[in-house]
Amino acid sequence: MTEGQTHPAKEGSAPDQQTVFDAAVAADERIEPRDWMPDAYRASLVRQIAQHAHSEIIGMQPEANWITRAPSLRRKAILMAKVQDEAGHGLYLYSAAETLGTSREELLDKLHAGRQKYSSIFNYPTLTWADVGAIGWLVDGAAITNQVPICRCSYGPYARAMVRICKEESFHQRQGFESLLALSQGTPEQHAMAQDAVNRWWWPSLMMFGPPDDESSHSAQSMQWKIKRHSNDELRQRFVDIAVPQAKALGLTLPDPDLRWNEERGHHDFGAIDWAEFWDVLKGNGPCNDQRITQRRRAHEEGAWVRDAAAAYASKHRKTKGEAA
Amino acid sequence: MTATSVARTAALALGDDALVLSHRLGEWAGHAPVLEEEVALANIALDLLGQARILLSLVGDEDELAYLREERAFRNLQLVEQPNGDFAHTIARQLFFSTYQHLLYGRLAAGDGEFAPLAAKAVKETEYHRDHAEQWTLRLGDGTEESHARMQRAVDTLWRFTGEPFQPVEGLAEAPLVEEEWLASVTTVLERATLTVPEGPRTGAWAAGAGRQGLHTEPFGRMIAEMQHLHRSHPGATW
Repeated sequence: MTEGQTHPAKEGSAPDQQTVFDAAVAADERIEPRDWMPDAYRASLVRQIAQHAHSEIIGMQPEANWITRAPSLRRKAILMAKVQDEAGHGLYLYSAAETLGTSREELLDKLHAGRQKYSSIFNYPTLTWADVGAIGWLVDGAAITNQVPICRCSYGPYARAMVRICKEESFHQRQGFESLLALSQGTPEQHAMAQDAVNRWWWPSLMMFGPPDDESSHSAQSMQWKIKRHSNDELRQRFVDIAVPQAKALGLTLPDPDLRWNEERGHHDFGAIDWAEFWDVLKGNGPCNDQRITQRRRAHEEGAWVRDAAAAYASKHRKTKGEAA
Repeated sequence: MTATSVARTAALALGDDALVLSHRLGEWAGHAPVLEEEVALANIALDLLGQARILLSLVGDEDELAYLREERAFRNLQLVEQPNGDFAHTIARQLFFSTYQHLLYGRLAAGDGEFAPLAAKAVKETEYHRDHAEQWTLRLGDGTEESHARMQRAVDTLWRFTGEPFQPVEGLAEAPLVEEEWLASVTTVLERATLTVPEGPRTGAWAAGAGRQGLHTEPFGRMIAEMQHLHRSHPGATW
């Protein structure tokens, strides 16, 4: 099945259904899997939820990179639990996507073929232990800022998945902050490690909100459908305003000479994002794009015989049961 | 609470088993054959790490023990330090170890020794680990021709490490007592999985009790080098 062709048999005429759909969205009601929905709405949701699921799965890699080197058993346990949660989030999100008539296999195939994207942030490398804390604080912080409004998304299954995911993400974010704080207040070497990590992750985190509003191809339509509730730039501004006092509390600086409070706007002004880098990473030319997708493909290919075995066992034993009955 | 000196030897042995196997399972993160196994393997790794932290804390500072001991001071079984290999290899290692751990903790939980409270909690976790390993042994053994061959190879390869858990350990008189039950249980699972119980010895001259005496296999040194390097690079730091 391809995206957008899987809606249930139509009853009544399309304009009636469109009217019902529009009214439901306008009234802030939830659209559910069996409801009629425009093909483009379905396709847009599949694209967004799949990308979100893929991000959870690819996002395991930069952090898992440090599991075997975590510097204390407590931090190791926290990191393992976090990476496990991410796999769980991937599973919820693939399930949410499947309610739209696609399948996890199909989505994974598209990820592996480079036909669906994941968040550009995970194409940056984790070079030191402090990167794990910086990811928790900044990357999860940005993700939460993005995702909390999706808890009110017009599509019910996606909204409900986000409620659960946001709770766990908030927990991860606090742990990341606490880990960075321990480094910042630790030895001079640890402090320097924390500052270096924040310097490297700050701008990529701001890029997580996507292109500026005037270059965001899906934004207007997604906001009209109430899949999205706020523009990229609005959310980015909200994140900066939250992060600045947190950085101060951490005793770390943010790598932006233009960052300052604007009394008139009641917001922080901040410097220009390097959009050339953003588009370049998105196109596949970031530091780890190739590595991330290669590892994902390899895990999938090397696991094929295991999945085949499980399927063969299930079919054998289903048959045995059937014969016995 | 710290353990009596007799129980320290046992706590170190059991704690190192859990620590080392948890580390090996942690290496799977991001590499598992299906997402459900990312969750399952990490879950088992976390349970084991939790056990390790409690046990090592009975002996001393958990981080000092994990990060600052040399290879020769570790008391884990050679079985748990074996590299992951393919999924069948990981499952065979888990089947052998979790069956042992579940039987041992069951016995410890039923007694009134120093480990009874810990074992009462851990026995529930190990029952789940054992079930997971058994289910996968059946699926791989009785799955496809390829999975059968891989599972048999894994069982054959690791068989020579399966005698060590039952060697006497000071403070752990229960360990040798569960050997018969272990053999019966593993035999049943392997047979149900259409696999052959290996004929080779369960301990070589080297493997018998070696890990418990700090004699390890070559891959282990590399494993702890990776595990310890960051901690050792920042002496005295807190994390």
